[in-house]
Amino acid sequence: MVPLSYYVILSAVVFITGVVGVLIRRNIIIILLSIELMLNATNINFVAFSHYFQNIAGQVFVFFALTVAASEVAVGLAIIIALYRSKSTINVDEFQLLKW
Amino acid sequence: MTLPLGDLVAIIPELIVATVACLVLVLDPITPPSRTHWLAWLSVASLVACFGITVSRMDATVTAFSDLMILDPYAGYWKLLLYVVTALTILLSLAYLRVERIHLGEYYGLILLSLAGMMIMVSAADLLVIYLGTELMSLSLYVLAGFKRFEVRSLEASAKYFVLGSFSSGILLYGISLLFGVAGSTRLSAIAAAVGTHGLDDPALLFAMILLVVGFGFKIAVVPFHMWTPDVYEGSPTSVTAFMAVASKAASFAAFLRVFLEGLGGLREKWYALFLVICVATLILGNVVAIVQTNIKRMLAYSSIAHAGYALIGVVVAGQAAADNETRALGLSSVMLYLAMYAFMTFGAFAVVALLRKGGLEGEEIEDFTGLAKRQPLAALLMLVFMVSLAGIPPTAGFIGKLYVFMAAVNAGLTWLAVVAVLLTAVSAYYYLRVVMVMYMREPDPSAGLVSRLTTSPALTLVLASAFAGVILLGLFPDPLVSITTSAVLPFK
Repeated sequence: MVPLSYYVILSAVVFITGVVGVLIRRNIIIILLSIELMLNATNINFVAFSHYFQNIAGQVFVFFALTVAASEVAVGLAIIIALYRSKSTINVDEFQLLKW
Repeated sequence: MTLPLGDLVAIIPELIVATVACLVLVLDPITPPSRTHWLAWLSVASLVACFGITVSRMDATVTAFSDLMILDPYAGYWKLLLYVVTALTILLSLAYLRVERIHLGEYYGLILLSLAGMMIMVSAADLLVIYLGTELMSLSLYVLAGFKRFEVRSLEASAKYFVLGSFSSGILLYGISLLFGVAGSTRLSAIAAAVGTHGLDDPALLFAMILLVVGFGFKIAVVPFHMWTPDVYEGSPTSVTAFMAVASKAASFAAFLRVFLEGLGGLREKWYALFLVICVATLILGNVVAIVQTNIKRMLAYSSIAHAGYALIGVVVAGQAAADNETRALGLSSVMLYLAMYAFMTFGAFAVVALLRKGGLEGEEIEDFTGLAKRQPLAALLMLVFMVSLAGIPPTAGFIGKLYVFMAAVNAGLTWLAVVAVLLTAVSAYYYLRVVMVMYMREPDPSAGLVSRLTTSPALTLVLASAFAGVILLGLFPDPLVSITTSAVLPFK
């Protein structure tokens, strides 16, 4: 059986990858994907803890988290498309109209 | 499985708001464009009904959905504040959207959905429910921020808000998952119990706490998690900015206080120092950077950061490990009072900015206010009152709010913090009164002429009158509100 700490370390690595991705990548689609990585790291945690405690609640949380992540992507992509139509770029460095 | 009827009865206000939001979205396509204001009035009517229901239930404490939701006086107080702010936002939008030529009924639906999220946040007793409420609020606000979709500024604001907002939600959710790992549940009561058994030095617990501070720090816009605020406030439609600055901040503060005082109350020895640093940094940065702003919405954004700092003084008092419960309750009630005062004056200031807006950018630069006292004496007078109140000068609401926060700090032995805050209030008077100076002491530019007439609409008059009455009446007779906040604080254990 795989010990709990392996899952927690995996989720920490995925989470940190996501955080670093948001901070250093300049393409807004990649930033969106990095945010998804962060949310999925959370899901790994929830499922691992759920198994560890033998508590089904953690797996229910994953469904909520997935649903929220999906609606977040829907809203985010809509905003990105609207922005792309008017600026023809998805590089966040080009979004300079407001002082970032 | 059937839902117990009692649980549904407990969340009737949330159900009304969510149902009317969906109804507005459905009715929008079949409503003639000239009749979209009917949808706005429908929304306001539903808020009035909710207000009545919540008032009638203020004294009782009920839990619903096996302790996922809690309806206590604390939640009731915040809900009442949120109804008032939302109703004012809808009325302001009626006039503002006409000027901006946005004729979309879903605007009101999104405002109500956002409100539903906020209501869930303030009465949630479980971290996951708080997260879901936060997301419902934020997702609606991301769309609202970009509602002027033919204006690049608005879209940029929306994109920035979205990226930083979902980034912070991700951090918050990771913190929640770690707390689930420590406590085996996300109920605040279970987490409080786990804090008791695991002790203060459990690294997972401390790390989770820090992640929650970061997540909530973004939502309430405190330094160093404030950088999205000026951009988003400047680019969004002004009515949405007012809603974000007041309602979303109040709801986030409410949820944040409940999580940290109820769930992580046992850890307050650890988070107290953290908030003290954040509080001082927020006060200094908000007030100092506001001085150099030339755009009034950006200035008000930094002012809202500074005001979050003042409210945090009360949080720090409530989190003192050594203080007795009475002192801490005073700190908490001062936060609740402060945010109510802040709501009226900030909303009023944004309403005046929205009122002065015609096409283009007019009315958003501080220079546009030159000689306003000659061109529009009434608008200038209102702005004067709101600016004086924001600066915390008596006899306005802003003074009373600051007085109670500082009193709580002195009472808790944090006199130096109160002194720092008072000094920074003096700094803030500079940039607030500069607007007044520009309006009253400078001659209007003759080329600007007298063109910008006061757009008179009954809804807008109602908004300005309510904000004005709130600022003056709460400044002169604060006692009723003070007694409500004192009786609505969270019970300290």
